[in-house]
Amino acid sequence: MKYRNRNKSKILASFSSRMVLILIITIIYVSPFFWMLSTSLKADHDLFLSPPKLIPSPLIFQNYKKALEYFPFFRYFRNSLVITFGTILGTLLSCSLVAYSFSKLRWWGRNFFFYVMIGTVMIPFVVTVIPQFIIFVKLGWINTFLPLIIPSFFGTPLYIFLIRQFFQTIPDELLDAARVDGASEFQIFLQVMLPLCKPVLFLIALFQFLASWNNYLGPLIYLTDESKYPLSLGLPQFLDRYGTHWNWMMAAATTSIVPIIIFFFFAQSYLIEGIKISGLKE
Amino acid sequence: MKKSLSAKKKADNLVGILFASPWFIGFVIFTAYPILASLFFSFTEYHITLPPKWIGTGNYTRLFEDSLFIKAFYNTLAYVAGLVPIGLIVGLVIALLLVKPFKGRNFYRGTIYIPSLVPLYAMATISLWFFSPYFGIVNGLLSYVGINGPLWLSDEKWVKFTIVLIAQWGAGTTALIYMAAINDIPNELYEAAMLDGANKWQMFWKITLPIISPATLYYLIIATIGAFQIFDLPQIMTGGGPNNASLSYVMYLYRHAFRYMNMGLASAMAWFLFLISLILVMLIFTTSARWVFYGTKQ
Repeated sequence: MKYRNRNKSKILASFSSRMVLILIITIIYVSPFFWMLSTSLKADHDLFLSPPKLIPSPLIFQNYKKALEYFPFFRYFRNSLVITFGTILGTLLSCSLVAYSFSKLRWWGRNFFFYVMIGTVMIPFVVTVIPQFIIFVKLGWINTFLPLIIPSFFGTPLYIFLIRQFFQTIPDELLDAARVDGASEFQIFLQVMLPLCKPVLFLIALFQFLASWNNYLGPLIYLTDESKYPLSLGLPQFLDRYGTHWNWMMAAATTSIVPIIIFFFFAQSYLIEGIKISGLKE
Repeated sequence: MKKSLSAKKKADNLVGILFASPWFIGFVIFTAYPILASLFFSFTEYHITLPPKWIGTGNYTRLFEDSLFIKAFYNTLAYVAGLVPIGLIVGLVIALLLVKPFKGRNFYRGTIYIPSLVPLYAMATISLWFFSPYFGIVNGLLSYVGINGPLWLSDEKWVKFTIVLIAQWGAGTTALIYMAAINDIPNELYEAAMLDGANKWQMFWKITLPIISPATLYYLIIATIGAFQIFDLPQIMTGGGPNNASLSYVMYLYRHAFRYMNMGLASAMAWFLFLISLILVMLIFTTSARWVFYGTKQ
């Protein structure tokens, strides 16, 4: 009895110390956003206090108006949307076609080229970026969205790999039945495969959304005209210009992050499942 | 009969290649040609406007006489040495804490995971203010308990470590991968160990860690390649300073390629980085036979 009690209190202690640790970590992960929100609502003279005020008073919602005056959020946002949705379209079209070929069609050298494709994942971006840049200079595409969008129409190895994994779970008999009925491969792909594979396509669209929306180096290399800047260039630029107006800065940052947070709430379960799949399962 | 069979094979090949053609074309234009071209450029002096001029290994020797390049390389090795192990520990600890069901688990998971979705450029601007030496919240809270906090990003000695810390807000992705791996461990293993009188610590080292080692291998490769290419955070927050203490390899490469248009030298840097990260990944792979455990896979 005594032993059992001690055991119980030990479990309780380990449970609560675990909870304390979880709470501390959660606070650490929330703190930058708390600080961002708090600063975005501060009056100018409350910014440079030492030690700082944690909760602003009075609340200055005006900061958001000011930030959006100096920070053409909607233009940046629109540019980000155009680039992102362009690449999503390209990725879905190209990756699904190629994945179909690598999973459901039989042709000479298929496995060899599949391994070549997987191998290219190892190549750092910087090894290919300079010749790519020169190609785009020669095409006259600098300072357009094209260098950021067009490559996605030629497939992304990781996404092709993931879609292929999913395609392989579709039984061949299903396709053979359609082939016997005289359907062409393209019809089978379009009318049998794609409808069955909506979940994985949605997942790939999510991954590509994050990749494009968060891309900083690409736009930095290819875009020179401010009116073409996406959010990834606009926000750091605001920092350079109005860096001492931290309340406006944080209001701009808050406005930039909100779409991602909303996005997360809608896509949460898909994203978490997807990252697990891409991480481990072969 | 035989003829029609081979004709069918030919048609099959054609259809297969046709479906894969987006990748084939992209591979040639955006991967194969650029790799060879940048290898060639790395032996030339090339500023885009004039055709490349062959200078042999000139760019490579120039790099190792360039003290700023050496510094950027050293900084990057320091980033790798910080980001990879710290990211592993943080990701694993979060996974271990949040893997078992308890009340409110999804809330904590979501809250810790969201920062990894926030773009690095936004994280960078927020962190700059968060770690501001005099008016930021970190040193503000430290001053409440009487600690005079460091200058963080403005201190040569602290700047790389601070960037490594900031990168940990993205640890949610690693944690998810580990949670998936830990969930796959059959419970009987722990029950058997418990019967044998093993404690939690022993179970972690003898059961959990070996079984999730494939996830660790995956993490190490992805994280190493990523850490070698660190760019966004230092570029936005410090621009490489103070005194080039946070200048990363890719930042320096970016400067040469896209500010000074030194395409030859930048290509040499790109290829050297490629070789170094390839060697490291190979090393991880070859040693992995000794520590990665594939026992539970059928």
